[in-house]
Amino acid sequence: MLAVFVCLLGLAYTAYKAFGTAIDDAQSGWLVIGSFLPETTDLKMPPVLDILTGIFEEPRGTGDPFWTIVASEAAFTLREAAVGFAIGVVVGLGIAIALTTSGRLERALVPHVIASQTIPLIAIAPIIVIWGRKSFDFLPFEWQDWMSVSIIATYLTFFPVTINGLRGLQSPRPENLELMDSYAAPWGQTLWRLRLPASLPYLFAAFKIAATASVVGAIVGEISAGVKGGLGRRVLLEAQRYTTGPERLYVAVLGAAALGIFVFVVISTVEYALVGRKGREAVR
Amino acid sequence: MNGAPGANGPDSDIAPDVAAVELDGVGKVFNPGRSNEVNALTGIDLRIAPGEFVTLIGPSGCGKSTLLRLIAALTDVTDGSVSVNGKTADRARLDRDYSMVFQRAGLFDWRNVSRNIELPLELMGWKAADRRQRSAEMLDLVKLSEFARHHPAELSGGMQQRVAIARAMSFDPKLLLMDEPFGALDEMTREHMQNELLRIWNETQTTVIFVTHSISEAVFLSTRVVVMSPRPGRISAVIDTDLGERSEATRDHPEYFANVTAVRNALRGDHAS
Amino acid sequence: MTAAKAVLRAWLPPVVAAAIMFGCWEALLAVLNPDGFVLPPPSRIVSALFGDFDTISTATGITGFIIVTGLIAGVVVGALAAVLVTAFRSAHETLTPLAVAVNAVPIIALAPIFNAWFGILSPRSNQAVVVVLVFFPVFINTTRGLGQVEPSQIELMESYGAGKWRIMRDVRIPNAMPYFFTALKLATSLAVIAAIVAEYFGGRQDALGNIITNSAGLTRYDDAWAAVLAGSLVGIGLYAIAVVLERLVMPWYFAARRAT
Repeated sequence: MLAVFVCLLGLAYTAYKAFGTAIDDAQSGWLVIGSFLPETTDLKMPPVLDILTGIFEEPRGTGDPFWTIVASEAAFTLREAAVGFAIGVVVGLGIAIALTTSGRLERALVPHVIASQTIPLIAIAPIIVIWGRKSFDFLPFEWQDWMSVSIIATYLTFFPVTINGLRGLQSPRPENLELMDSYAAPWGQTLWRLRLPASLPYLFAAFKIAATASVVGAIVGEISAGVKGGLGRRVLLEAQRYTTGPERLYVAVLGAAALGIFVFVVISTVEYALVGRKGREAVR
Repeated sequence: MNGAPGANGPDSDIAPDVAAVELDGVGKVFNPGRSNEVNALTGIDLRIAPGEFVTLIGPSGCGKSTLLRLIAALTDVTDGSVSVNGKTADRARLDRDYSMVFQRAGLFDWRNVSRNIELPLELMGWKAADRRQRSAEMLDLVKLSEFARHHPAELSGGMQQRVAIARAMSFDPKLLLMDEPFGALDEMTREHMQNELLRIWNETQTTVIFVTHSISEAVFLSTRVVVMSPRPGRISAVIDTDLGERSEATRDHPEYFANVTAVRNALRGDHAS
Repeated sequence: MTAAKAVLRAWLPPVVAAAIMFGCWEALLAVLNPDGFVLPPPSRIVSALFGDFDTISTATGITGFIIVTGLIAGVVVGALAAVLVTAFRSAHETLTPLAVAVNAVPIIALAPIFNAWFGILSPRSNQAVVVVLVFFPVFINTTRGLGQVEPSQIELMESYGAGKWRIMRDVRIPNAMPYFFTALKLATSLAVIAAIVAEYFGGRQDALGNIITNSAGLTRYDDAWAAVLAGSLVGIGLYAIAVVLERLVMPWYFAARRAT
């Protein structure tokens, strides 16, 4: 289905190009199209065929087909995103569990959790890289710049996990909570046997958003932090030398799209295995 | 029935002269001192002997569910005292002296029927093999053995409620608290469930406190009916309804109808006043 | 009296928490890291904001324009698309799962392509990133809200002889409102992030994103943080507007929540 969609997208792109070129030929400077929609020159919109061949071409001086370069950059970005995602899930769920313990704590902190997302931390990625180099010398391993990028990914990841996790942890019906109370179940048992299983559908909805967010965080973090390697850096590089090979930018962006869809599919598969068909879709 | 580790037979360690439940001048006020203060219960005195089947009946807002939750120590009393098996209500809760059944079965969607029944046993630290054995016995008791591996969503409402009863009975509680357990069922299923409950009660001799809206249900099931009236919630009458051994035929018995009329009149009494 | 109490109950805890957090931040830095080089204390960020107020307010104006216009366009297009797609069943069944999958694409990576299309200095490149990024959550959530309607409510309307669009107006759209506003609130912070990040790839040098990058590059971290603060304030302002709109548009929803 996605494949069909990609084909249709390619077709629409080609059709728009053809249409635009035809219009341009007939009466250049056609007001509406000229001012609102992009021009259809091969430089601005390389033909689909060029993009497809660009996937397999070997860029000068490399000797590898371009897609293998993009794939290895994607693996680099995936590592940053995965680390960021894992930490974000732990932190996000930890905050959600902490907030479940007290209504007052929840009222006090939830507005700040929401406000935290309006701080474009992504924007200060270079500062975080410098801060990371300075601040983590106590760790048993050497701090590397990509780990700072993971921190940025974490910052985007924890938010949906906290918000949906809180909703999920509070989702058990009152009679189920009373049931656990009637068994004199301690707080931890109620959490483990009732609240956490009940929140799984909500959490997986959050994980899907968070996984995507972690990829976005990693890509943008790389771009602004100047980390060596990664898809974000590749996109930036190909944007800088766009005029010599516009199709390579398109391929790099397609690589980013593929990585995003890949992590989404991975999470969905785990969800299906764990929650299965019985998993109700959580209302966000 | 008995013999599994951790099981306390209802007749094993309670002296016969200790009441299963003793309520002494119990009152409950919600949100005291606030604008939304509600005087839910006042001056409740009630003594329930071991092995009794007592029904609390009354119109909405008479505090019958609140009274049940006070006995369960799910909420605290404002006045008076509650004792269960001679202990404070909270001590009894911590000792798992009672078990509760709610209007909604409240099964955990992600556990199959058998694992739902095992839930309280897990919390009490039973071994897996013992849990499995007890869960099988309980499924036998509620006649759902072939559904052990099903998930709650695959069961009808009546079957779910039977699982909830099996879960409640699984650790042989001395006291069973039931909050309108059949309220959401259709009439046919409801009567069937009433027969099942009486059969289980006869087999286990557990004390039951049962909350309902239905006069016929109260009269058919219980040895005593406690009639409550609202604003503030209080006991307006206690009617003896012990019909001895009951069966489907009891529903057509003249004494049964006499009791229904008596309870109905008691309930009407508070409309007149 | 009780209204005042309710306001106090809602506002006191977050304000106290904020005071504690900023207090700790300020105090910890004073003890551990007196030069506050990379992460300055809040007081220095605020003074940097006012110290260079002209630059930052101009930048906020430029980036804020992109954020607001992109947000409005993305939200309107997303909501309209949701209504259209819901009206036609087959479109709904094919497009909605696709949108969910496409939503997993890191759309910010499209920024350089938009630059190529619309011109690297044109605000339209950055607006396009905001529009596309905002579109998907609004579309997905609103479609969900339009679809998850009580069947009995539809049957009731049909029993009155109501047509498809009548049901849309009187049942589906009101039902979708909470979903729409959830997405709108999410979209406000997404729009801020999208606009600032898009500026890394191009756009005016005096916009917020580039001020942050340039200040950080010159190790003027106070100024970078001040620009971040300005971006946050735009985000919080838009979020607050969304919350107020939500209350104005759906008074029934909040009345129902209070009752339970």
